Amino acid sequence: MTTMDSIALSRQMLDGDKMIVNMGPSHPTTHGTLRIVLELEGETITKATPEMGYLHRGVEKLGESLSYQQFIPLTDRLNYCSAIMNNVGYATAVEKLLDIQIPKRAAQIRVLMSELSRVADHIVCVGVNAVDIGAFTAFLYLFKQRETAYDLFEMAAGQRLHTSFTRIGGLFRDIPEGFVPLCERFLVECAEAIDELERLLTKNPIWHDRTKGIGVISAEDAVNWGYTGPSLRAAGVPQDLRKAQPYLGYETYDFDIPVGTTGDVFDRYLVRVEEMRQSLRIIRQVLDRLEPGPVMVDDPKVALPPKEKVYTRMESLIHHFKLIMHGMEMPVGEVYSATEAANGELGFYIVSDGGKNPYRIRVRPPCLPIFSSFESQVKGGLIADAVAVLGAMNIIAGELDR
Amino acid sequence: MSELDINDAVMTTRLDAVVNWGRKNSLWPMPFGVACCAIEFMSMMASRFDLSRFGAEAMRFSPRQSDMMLILGTITNKMAPVLRTIYAQMAEPKWVISVGVCASSGGMYRTYATLQGVDRVIPVDVYVPGCPPRPESMIYGVMKLQEKIEKESLSMRKDHIARFYESLARQESLQAEKGLTSQQAIREMLMDAGERGVGTIF
Amino acid sequence: MIIEHIDAQLPGTVTDRHAFRGDQTIVIAGEHLLAVVDLLHREGFQLLVDITAVDWPEREQRFDVVYHWLNLASQERLRVKVPVADGGSVPSLTGSFKTANWFEREVFDMFGIGFDGHPDLRRLLTWPDFPGHALRKDFPLDGGDVFCMEGCTAPYNNGERGGR
Repeated sequence: MTTMDSIALSRQMLDGDKMIVNMGPSHPTTHGTLRIVLELEGETITKATPEMGYLHRGVEKLGESLSYQQFIPLTDRLNYCSAIMNNVGYATAVEKLLDIQIPKRAAQIRVLMSELSRVADHIVCVGVNAVDIGAFTAFLYLFKQRETAYDLFEMAAGQRLHTSFTRIGGLFRDIPEGFVPLCERFLVECAEAIDELERLLTKNPIWHDRTKGIGVISAEDAVNWGYTGPSLRAAGVPQDLRKAQPYLGYETYDFDIPVGTTGDVFDRYLVRVEEMRQSLRIIRQVLDRLEPGPVMVDDPKVALPPKEKVYTRMESLIHHFKLIMHGMEMPVGEVYSATEAANGELGFYIVSDGGKNPYRIRVRPPCLPIFSSFESQVKGGLIADAVAVLGAMNIIAGELDR
Repeated sequence: MSELDINDAVMTTRLDAVVNWGRKNSLWPMPFGVACCAIEFMSMMASRFDLSRFGAEAMRFSPRQSDMMLILGTITNKMAPVLRTIYAQMAEPKWVISVGVCASSGGMYRTYATLQGVDRVIPVDVYVPGCPPRPESMIYGVMKLQEKIEKESLSMRKDHIARFYESLARQESLQAEKGLTSQQAIREMLMDAGERGVGTIF
Repeated sequence: MIIEHIDAQLPGTVTDRHAFRGDQTIVIAGEHLLAVVDLLHREGFQLLVDITAVDWPEREQRFDVVYHWLNLASQERLRVKVPVADGGSVPSLTGSFKTANWFEREVFDMFGIGFDGHPDLRRLLTWPDFPGHALRKDFPLDGGDVFCMEGCTAPYNNGERGGR
C-alpha cells in the first residue's frame, strides 16, 4: 500500500476532531530531508511517525567497490556540518585495522581540526534550533564565526566544507603559514560570539518558555534508546569517548565534560554551548604545544612516497605504483572503532578480507537512535514543541540515511 | 512653469523586455535543501556572500510563493516523486537551478539509490557544478539564469513545462493501473526511457 | 571479562571467539541470543550501540548479524555475531532495547533477514516496493538503473536530446 493510500485510509478511520499533518520531506528547517507524519487533536500530538531514507545514497554499498583511500571523500558527506570529524573517525578505524601509529604532529592537528569542526557543528545546531523557534539574530551572529572556520578549513585542506583532510596514516598535507595566527584570532572572536549568544538566549524568558521542560528524557531511557553525545550528556550520563576511551592523545588535554540534568531542549542547548567553550580550550592547548614534525607515517606500504622521491628513486616508484594499483596490504579481520563526533558516537565497523576494497563498511550513525525516539519525546505535546525537539536532536540527514 | 518634455517623462520599450526585467530582478528562491549544498546555500544567504543584492532575499520555502527552485543536494530515487510534486505546485513562470553535481548528474553516487541527475525527472534551466559549489559559483548560476530570462518571449508557453505535466499524468495513471508506489512508477518510466534512448521521462 | 561470565553461566553457547585488534568478539547461535542478551543486560551492558549484518554468500548460513554493546560503567565493548541462513530470522531485541527497533528495520531492508517479535518490520531506507535487498552481494551496485551505466544518454536543454 502506498504511503498516500495509508494516510487516506487512516483519515477515514479517524473521527472528526483529529487531523493529519505532514512535516516534510521538503520543509523549511535545514535538518535535511526527513518526514514526520503527525496526528493531531487540535494542537496536541497524539501520534508521530517519523520516516527517513530520503537521502539514502548507498554509501555502504559504494564503499565495497572503492579502495580504502577512495572512501574518504564519501565520509565527508556523512555529517556535512562537521566533515573533518568523519574523516578522522574513518582514518582512525583503518589505522586500527592496519595497526599503525600516526606521527605526533598529525594527531595534534587532527585534534585541532576536529575541535574546530565540533564548534562549527554546534554553531549550526544551536543557530538552526534558534531559528526554528524564532530567534533569528543568534543564527546571524554565529554564522560569521562559521565563515572564519571555513577560512581555516580552506587554508588547511583547500575546501570549505568537504575537506577530505585525512589520509590513511596521517594527513593530506601540513597546515600552512597563516593558519596559526588566524586560528588565534578565531579563538578570541568565537569566545566573544558565544558570550553574545548566551546574552541573547540563556536568560531569555521566551527561550525558557519554549525550551524548558520540552522533550524531557531520563538517563535510563536515554541509554535504552541508544543515545550518545550531547543528548545523552544532557540527560545526565557523563559519557564522552574523548574521556572514557581516549584516542589521538585526548588524555593529555585538560577539558571538562558538561553534563545536564533533565535532558530537555534547554539542557541540550546549554551542553552544546559549554562544549563549544571547552573545544576552544582544547584548541588553545593544541596551539600551545604544536611541535614540528612529519604529518604522514613513514611506511611505504601505507603512505604514498613524496613526489621528489617517486621521480628519482626506483623503490619509491614501485611503492607508488603498488599502492595505487593494488591498494594497501590489509590484514584479514574486522574492527569497530568509534570517535566522539559532534552528535555522539560515530562508529565505523570495517570487515576486511585482505583485498583492495573493504568487504563491508558500516557507518554507525549517532543520530539514528535519537531520531527513532522522536515519538516518545513529543507525544502529548504541541506542534511547536515538536519543532523545538527536532532542532535539539541535531538530525543531519547525510549521516542518518548515508 | 515649463512643460515637461514627453521624452523625459515617458520611455518606450517592448513588453517582453520590461516584464523580463522585472522577473529577473526579483527571483524569489525556493530552496529545496536536501543535503550539503544547503549548508553552502545558508552561507550564500548570510552576510558575506549576500544573495539579496540580486533581489532574491525573500526565501519562501513554499512552492506556491516562489518562482525559482534551487535544488540543493542529492536527490535520491525515494525523493524523486516529492520533487516532482513540489515542482508541479509552483506557478508559472518558474525556473529551476540544479546546484551541485549530485543534483546535476548524480555526483559521486553512482548507486541504486541515487537519481542520476535531476533533469531526468524535471526540466532544469541552469546547472551549477561543484561539490559543494562555492557561494560565488551559486551566485554566478543565478546571474546566468537572469541572462536566460532576459531573452525569453512572453507569448510562447514553455514546451518542456507542458511535457512535464503530461508526464506527471502518465506517472499517476501508471501508479493507479499497476498499484505501484510513486518511486517505483518513476523507476519504471526511467527504465522505459532508457530503453528508448531518451534521457528524461518528460 | 564478560566472556568468562557468559562461559560460566551459559556454558556451550559460544561457538567461536577472537580478540582481533583488541575487540572482543563471540559467535553464538540464534536460539541462545535472548539468554545471552539477558545476561548482558544484567551485567551492565546497557547501551546497544549497533546492529548490522554482513553477507558471506559462499557460506551455508549466509548472513552474520552483528551486535555491538558498550558497558558504560567499565567502558568494555563486546561484539556478538549470530549466523543466519537466507530466509531465516533472529529473535528481535525490541523488548529489552528500544534502540533495536530501527536498527533491525534497517538490517531487514538491506539484507532481508527477519526479526521475530518486531512490532513493525518494514523497510527503512528504501521505498516499500523496492525490488530486492540492497546490501546483498548479488545485488548490483547500480540496482539495474540503466542510467548508471557508461554511455548513457545525457539530456540537456530541458529534454531536447543532445548527442547519441
